[in-house]
Amino acid sequence: MTTPPKSNGPIVAVDGLSVGFRSRAGAWLPVLRDITLSVGAGESIGLVGESGSGKSTLALAMMGYLKTGLHVLGGRVDFSGIDMFAQDRQSLEKVRGGRLALIPQNSGQSLAPNLRVGAQIGEALRLHSALPEARHAARVLDLLTQVRLPDPASIARRYPHELSGGQQQRVAIAMALAGEPEALLLDEPTTGLDVTTQAHILELLRDLARETGLAMVYVSHDLGAIAHVCDRVAVMYAGEVVLEGTAAQVLRDPSHPYARGLLASIPKLSDVCLPRALDGRPPPPGGAGDGCAFVARCAIATERCMVERPDLSRLADGAKTRCHLPQQVRSIPLSGEHNAQRRQLPVELSLSLEDLAISYARIGLLERLTGRDTAKVATVEGIDIVLRQGETLGLVGESGSGKSTILKSIAGLLPPLHGQIALRGQDDLPPRVEDRCAKHLRDVQLIFQNPDESLNPRQTIAQILAQPLKLYFGLSGQALIARTTALLAQVRLGAHYLDRLPSQLSGGEKQRVAVARAFAAQPVLVLCDEITSALDVSVQAAVLELLDDLRRENGTSYIFVSHDLAVVKALSDRVAVLYQGRLCEIGPTVDVYGPTAHPYTEVLLGAVLEPDPDFVPSLSASDVVELSPPACGCPFQRRCPKRLGAICDQTEPPPRTFATGHTIWCHRDDLAAPLFS
Amino acid sequence: MLSMLMRRSALGLITVWLVSIIIFIGVEILPGDACTAFLEREAQGLLLENCRRDLGLDRPAWMRYGEWAANALSGNLGVSPDGQRQISELVGYRLRNTLLLASGAILCGIPLALFLGIVAALWRDRPFDIIVSTTAIAAMTIPEFVSATLLILIFSVWLGWVPGIVLTSSNAPLAEFFPEVLLPIAVLTLVMTAHILRTVRSSVIETLASDYAQMAILKGVPYWQMVIRHVLPNALLPTINVVALTIAWLLGGVVVIETVFNYPGLGRMMIDSISDRDLPVTQAIALIIASVYVGVNLLADLLTMVANPRLRTAHLRGK
Ligand SMILES: Nc1ncnc2c1ncn2[C@@H]1O[C@H](COP(=O)(O)OP(=O)(O)OP(=O)(O)O)[C@@H](O)[C@H]1O
Ligand code: SF4
Ligand code: SF4
Ligand SMILES: [Mg+2]
Repeated sequence: MTTPPKSNGPIVAVDGLSVGFRSRAGAWLPVLRDITLSVGAGESIGLVGESGSGKSTLALAMMGYLKTGLHVLGGRVDFSGIDMFAQDRQSLEKVRGGRLALIPQNSGQSLAPNLRVGAQIGEALRLHSALPEARHAARVLDLLTQVRLPDPASIARRYPHELSGGQQQRVAIAMALAGEPEALLLDEPTTGLDVTTQAHILELLRDLARETGLAMVYVSHDLGAIAHVCDRVAVMYAGEVVLEGTAAQVLRDPSHPYARGLLASIPKLSDVCLPRALDGRPPPPGGAGDGCAFVARCAIATERCMVERPDLSRLADGAKTRCHLPQQVRSIPLSGEHNAQRRQLPVELSLSLEDLAISYARIGLLERLTGRDTAKVATVEGIDIVLRQGETLGLVGESGSGKSTILKSIAGLLPPLHGQIALRGQDDLPPRVEDRCAKHLRDVQLIFQNPDESLNPRQTIAQILAQPLKLYFGLSGQALIARTTALLAQVRLGAHYLDRLPSQLSGGEKQRVAVARAFAAQPVLVLCDEITSALDVSVQAAVLELLDDLRRENGTSYIFVSHDLAVVKALSDRVAVLYQGRLCEIGPTVDVYGPTAHPYTEVLLGAVLEPDPDFVPSLSASDVVELSPPACGCPFQRRCPKRLGAICDQTEPPPRTFATGHTIWCHRDDLAAPLFS
Repeated sequence: MLSMLMRRSALGLITVWLVSIIIFIGVEILPGDACTAFLEREAQGLLLENCRRDLGLDRPAWMRYGEWAANALSGNLGVSPDGQRQISELVGYRLRNTLLLASGAILCGIPLALFLGIVAALWRDRPFDIIVSTTAIAAMTIPEFVSATLLILIFSVWLGWVPGIVLTSSNAPLAEFFPEVLLPIAVLTLVMTAHILRTVRSSVIETLASDYAQMAILKGVPYWQMVIRHVLPNALLPTINVVALTIAWLLGGVVVIETVFNYPGLGRMMIDSISDRDLPVTQAIALIIASVYVGVNLLADLLTMVANPRLRTAHLRGK
């Protein structure tokens, strides 16, 4: 039951809020400094910033909740007139999940694993809804329908682990809506989801906000998502709001140096260049000093910035910025330098995959004896790819499309069902890593998404880098030290990192160490599996720059797997698009992203959100997760918006190759998507 | 799930079988045999040979293993060389007595450990938690014979409440073991509670910090409902296996306690049988302990599987 929103006053008002924790030395270190913000009914505000900037802390503080160890140092938070930090537990319990609801970042982990999702939504109804108990079951189904989940009755009976990431996120939204909230707080609700799923969920949220007049606070590091759902945007840096304004003011031509740097570090589909990295790191809590918190990374900083902290002051256009020199910020560029010319690549082959098929299903004795068709169970099939030296091949596709599977097979971790993997055109690689000789192992290196899992936490950086050097080159003593130092320098890290442990490095630095370790082997081919997805955009830009430089210096080839189409576009010479383990399209980057595209590529590109408030994505296909490819015909037939008919269901589409070496597997011969040119 | 269960059971049986071989080999390696122990140490020549022939000790090892294993399967654990009595009968009483000890410790220890562990976790870093955690660490680190001696000193020497030593004979009715059995049970309970409590505490603390516990709070679920519905069912899952391990340990760990209290149980019988070279008895006891170990762990796996929706529904996603 909701009380109608008060006519004009803000629903959530944060006034001069500071939050911090006590250091071991006893000093108070601020995590949020002097935040003032408000959200009115029907309004949506976006909070953006790098990880650690305090976005989530602020969103949770709006619910009167602080993680253990954090304390309010000053200021207050009001939710429709009540001071959230002055309430007792009972009254907070009434508001939370009722009039004020949260949609968490990782719904997979935010849903209790022991309860069916229907029961968890029912619990929210029991706590916050005026409906009689008997009507709850029907209401749960209504809510699941409202968030556009197919077959709500069956979904309600499932446990969280039986749903896909996108479905879990929808369940979390349904749970938040159960209490009929006046305000919704969203903490990175689409991070980690596929582009298509993300676009659909954002669409859903926009519609909900429009229908119900909800106030929304949307936390994200993804400016594309923010641009799409928010009217106003606040940029956070080191616990402060440094810029606040309408979406257009903040995302078009922001008047704060940090916001400009952030914008420039985002790869955009419309750009033909690597994004520009924002060097340096934000100060740790309490490390901002007396001056501007951004001074160490600011290109236009002056003496005054070092000693005097700027206020959040209003500009002529109504935006508020925390900078002494708002007139000068326009000199900071908003994108990287163009490098449109196509590179000349050497013709020598680096890797060739010939009719590769891979399956996770173990082919048992029974299947082999009865000669059952093994092709049907293949996760990946019919992969023919050649890679030249110094070339970067981007591999894109939704989650579950088999991108990692192909990399694992090339690395020898997953022997293929059939097909050839050859290095330099003639050197066949044995399918299993155990059978490969030292030279083969050296030639192919793999870098993983999460450096925390791939770097041994008990080894120093020196030990981590020494391993491959000892193993492949027998280095020791002075030569070993010299080489490790040189490797670190190659990834732009100083020698003082040698004695550190991985836990003492930031995410971006760890990923650089992982890159350095791969390059220690002097590989011919480096396989990169989502290596920037766990990183902040500014750090991601630095890692992309690094990979590009290393390729230029060493002539290494990459296979670069990512679900982010803009990142792939920025880095790759050629791109392969994968659906359900089958190739849809492969060709030079400009062609794949160009006007002639496979219907699936078109769907993917249409779902990408550009950081531009006027940008409208075109959602042309559902985001249903398919669990297995169809038995025959085109793998994309069930979701294809351009399906021709029976021919697509029955006949596998033949490859068609254009003059540029661009190949498309589709029955249509009128493919032209005028989305990006 | 059924096939998983069958695989586990088969694995358990194989483990017991391998253990039986190891036990047999281990006993073979020990210097001396039943005859050297039974006859005088100096016995030599014809006397020894006759004895060995009588007991069948001159046959090759694999034949003796086969016979022993076949008999053990049918519940016949052989005849002890001294009193010519059925080993299964001797061991039976001892097993009963040890089970009395163990079940006493389990019945007191598990509820106590759950209660203390959960409360300590909920009141983390408050005085209650600090006292409970320190006591638990102490109970785990102090060797059992020391804590046993301490308890004897306090409760039987100073307070005189219970006898500090058990004089009941092994085949006496169970009732006659009271109240002497209480002190050994207390020592076992102490150690067992400490182990389980620490796992429970850290598991509950971890679950309280989980995203879904935080989400429950932010959804407005009252504190105790959050603890009971969202936290405990998930936190207690991983403790099932620890409980099983502790119970299995209990059956081996009674050796020390039974010796200290002179309690006529399986553990002491094992010690005695080893020093007397009463090899059939040693083998029988080792086999019983191994089987209990495997059985308890199997049971724990089964329970975990039933209680964990992830495992319970695994078959749905298989195909
Ligand atoms: N160990 C496994 N056993 C069985 N099936 C698996 C296993 N790992 C992955 N799969 C399945 O193989 C398919 C391809 O998985 P893969 O991890 O290669 O996808 P991806 O494109 O890398 O996705 P993401 O973007 O989520 O990383 C999926 O259908 C997935 O469910
Ligand atoms: S105040 Fe100075 S250092 Fe800070 S952002 Fe503005 S120009 Fe840069
Ligand atoms: S072959 Fe048919 S179903 Fe497949 S992508 Fe082309 S048009 Fe769509
Ligand atoms: Mg993957």
